[in-house]
Amino acid sequence: MKLIFKRKSKLKEIFFEKIFALCSYLSILTTVLIIYILATESFQFFKQIPITDFLFGTHWEPLLEPKSFGVLPLLFGTLLIVIGSALISIPLGLIIAIYLSQYASSKARRIIKPILEILAGIPTVVYGYFALTFITPIIRIIFPDAEIFNALSGSIVVGIMILPMVASLCDDALQAVPKSLKQGGYALGTTSFEVIKGILIPSAFSGIISSFVLAVSRAFGETMAVTLAAGATPRFTINPLESIQTMTAYIVQVSLGDTPQGGIEYQTIFAVAGLLFIVTLMMNLFSNYIMHKYREVYD
Amino acid sequence: MILKTKNLNLFYGSTKAINNCNINIEKNKVTAIIGPSGCGKSTLLRSMNRMNDFIDSFSIKGEILFDEKNIYDSKIDATELRKSIGMVFQKPNPFPKSIYENIIWGPKINGFEGDKDKLVEESLKDAGLWDEVKNRLNDSALSLSGGQQQRLCIARAIAMKPNIILMDEPCSALDPKSTAIIETLIKKLRKNYTILIVTHNMQQAARVSDFTLFLYEGEVIEFGDTEHLFRNPKNKQTEDYITGRFG
Repeated sequence: MKLIFKRKSKLKEIFFEKIFALCSYLSILTTVLIIYILATESFQFFKQIPITDFLFGTHWEPLLEPKSFGVLPLLFGTLLIVIGSALISIPLGLIIAIYLSQYASSKARRIIKPILEILAGIPTVVYGYFALTFITPIIRIIFPDAEIFNALSGSIVVGIMILPMVASLCDDALQAVPKSLKQGGYALGTTSFEVIKGILIPSAFSGIISSFVLAVSRAFGETMAVTLAAGATPRFTINPLESIQTMTAYIVQVSLGDTPQGGIEYQTIFAVAGLLFIVTLMMNLFSNYIMHKYREVYD
Repeated sequence: MILKTKNLNLFYGSTKAINNCNINIEKNKVTAIIGPSGCGKSTLLRSMNRMNDFIDSFSIKGEILFDEKNIYDSKIDATELRKSIGMVFQKPNPFPKSIYENIIWGPKINGFEGDKDKLVEESLKDAGLWDEVKNRLNDSALSLSGGQQQRLCIARAIAMKPNIILMDEPCSALDPKSTAIIETLIKKLRKNYTILIVTHNMQQAARVSDFTLFLYEGEVIEFGDTEHLFRNPKNKQTEDYITGRFG
């Protein structure tokens, strides 16, 4: 007996293929457009302001006369937040991940994991408010000369914010290490801690490092919480108790204010955004490089 | 008599995996554990260096005596025990480190202070891998072939100078040529080590072992001299299994 099949419509197949292709091209198009706008507007800016003045100037005062366009205060403000939050989230996140993946009972895991996910889901403006009303007063008890808006408070709150991401990604990386490696370690008469330090962390290294980089990129781009906690005073300082302004906070300030479109003041935000874009792009490339360099292939 | 079980019962939850096992393992001999899948071979093997400790539902009744001491006694530290009873696993599991680091990691962690290069060389020689890797000790162990990786894992176990080496189907993931090399190696290693090997391959048991233990559904059906067991099995079930009527 011969089976007779209905002919499938080739047209339907082609239609869906095109739809899927269109969606992926759309994301490329968006990226290209963003880069295009950043580039052209920044170009306008750099026609008037020399790029060396922008990159190496230590005074940022684009809105008031006399104007100055040195981006270093914004860059230092951003770096203060990034470094501070990384110092909090990276060690703590890794420790949480190690506990979760190696020591926690399945019951403890069932409680801690969802809490971390909730922490990751809180809107950033809430974090900012939390910093201002809870963290800052504590800081000012410990350091009475700290300003109301200060970089330390911003760093702490951004650190708490990106902590779940570090913990969860490191946990995934550690869980992905084959169980057989762990057993191989134990079979040599070693303790849990020795196996974690000597086998698991080196094996999961690429995943751990890329989680760090992702977290740091996120801290670079974080806006709302730092604007609320760290203030809007562009200052060329490394003192975390002073008020600073980050690149993103500056962009918000200009975007919300009554700066007229098209002027040099307006174009500054594209130059700043372009710098931010380049910095985070470099971080992502670095993360990719690390991931490929240290990725171990298991079957 | 280096290892002995006394009225040994092993459980996963309420399921009994090994029922009342009483065996004596002789020093510097190769003992093979055979039996169909799920008969408890690996469970029995892994209980001997307490690798089952990591399974929550695992429990034990009875005793396993190593040098006349019960290894499940509360005074015994499982980590210490595993230094004397090493293990080679079913699938080669080299660490993602260099060949050199794979060998020296265990001894180093456990405070080895002697000549590291010498220990690495000796261990690799004993595992029959030295000539193939002596010029690339700093290459990643993952660049080795499967058979080489397994010999590296044997070398890694040897480097700890254990008394006993447990092997859990060490050739099941390997091709026939690598299997033959490892079998020759096992026969050589018995001079210095006591070896217990779990295998699903009866010919392998016949080739490499001095004694064979036939397990079926958690029961020791027959245990004795390998040649005897394969030539004149006393038990009907053993005969059926080794002649391939089931399993």
